[in-house]
Amino acid sequence: MNAPKAHLFPSSVVRDDEPALVAAAKRGEVSAFEELVTRYERKIFRLTRNITGNMQDAEDAMQDAFLKSYEHLANFKGDSRFYTWLVRIAVNEALMKLRRRHPGEFSIDEEVAVGGEELMPRELDDWGPTPEERYQQAEMQEILSEAIDKLEPDFRVVFILRDVEELSTEETAKLLGLTITATKSRLLRARLKLRQRLNRYFREGGPN
Amino acid sequence: MNCKHVIRELSNYIDGDLDPALKQELERHLAHCEDCTMVVDQTRKTIQIFSGSEPVNLPSDVKSRLHDALHKKLPEGSL
Repeated sequence: MNAPKAHLFPSSVVRDDEPALVAAAKRGEVSAFEELVTRYERKIFRLTRNITGNMQDAEDAMQDAFLKSYEHLANFKGDSRFYTWLVRIAVNEALMKLRRRHPGEFSIDEEVAVGGEELMPRELDDWGPTPEERYQQAEMQEILSEAIDKLEPDFRVVFILRDVEELSTEETAKLLGLTITATKSRLLRARLKLRQRLNRYFREGGPN
Repeated sequence: MNCKHVIRELSNYIDGDLDPALKQELERHLAHCEDCTMVVDQTRKTIQIFSGSEPVNLPSDVKSRLHDALHKKLPEGSL
């Protein structure tokens, strides 16, 4: 219930043959790189889509990420998972697009103070035992996308890296150039805001 | 510990980052505060729903443009 995350990525995401595929791609076996792209394209698109909140930027960032990962494959030393390395590239590409589209709005290096009252949750309703069973998968995707998109970019990016991509706090802070304290305070706010948004759908009786 | 403190430590509690004494204090509060218990449970559920969500399929036009772009970059005859 209160256990820390046991691993960075679920085993279904990173399969055991990934190092062999990367080695083959480095030797010039194009089919191996193709397999890596096919394996991760949906996840990378979700990541860039979630960060940018814009379909066109998401597509461009995803393309750039795969192209850069191919160009720089020789620099990948294998001291992390290939997927983790790819995520870092994709996050940077997506952040560039986000900053370009929202200049001045995205204050990733500013500290966000954690206040008292403003954090206190409102809308406390019972969700029942299995709230997610009320919606079809497509409807649920829509609800989650909408909830994420409505978060301010500063909070959205931290939440995506920590709770969707399941990066550690340290890795998230490093990627975004934030302190651990700032990363944690943004994550807390993001989690509370998302809980509140989902409350509208999941409370007994549903949305109104 | 009051409700405000619980909310401030909520993430650390969920992530298992609280020191044992603080965790015990927080759990003592939860034992008699239904509102905080609900927030803890629902926040945990929120994280679980997002982290367990499957990425949607790539729209076919997006997929085809990605593979076209790669095709131009990768050696002839690939992809």
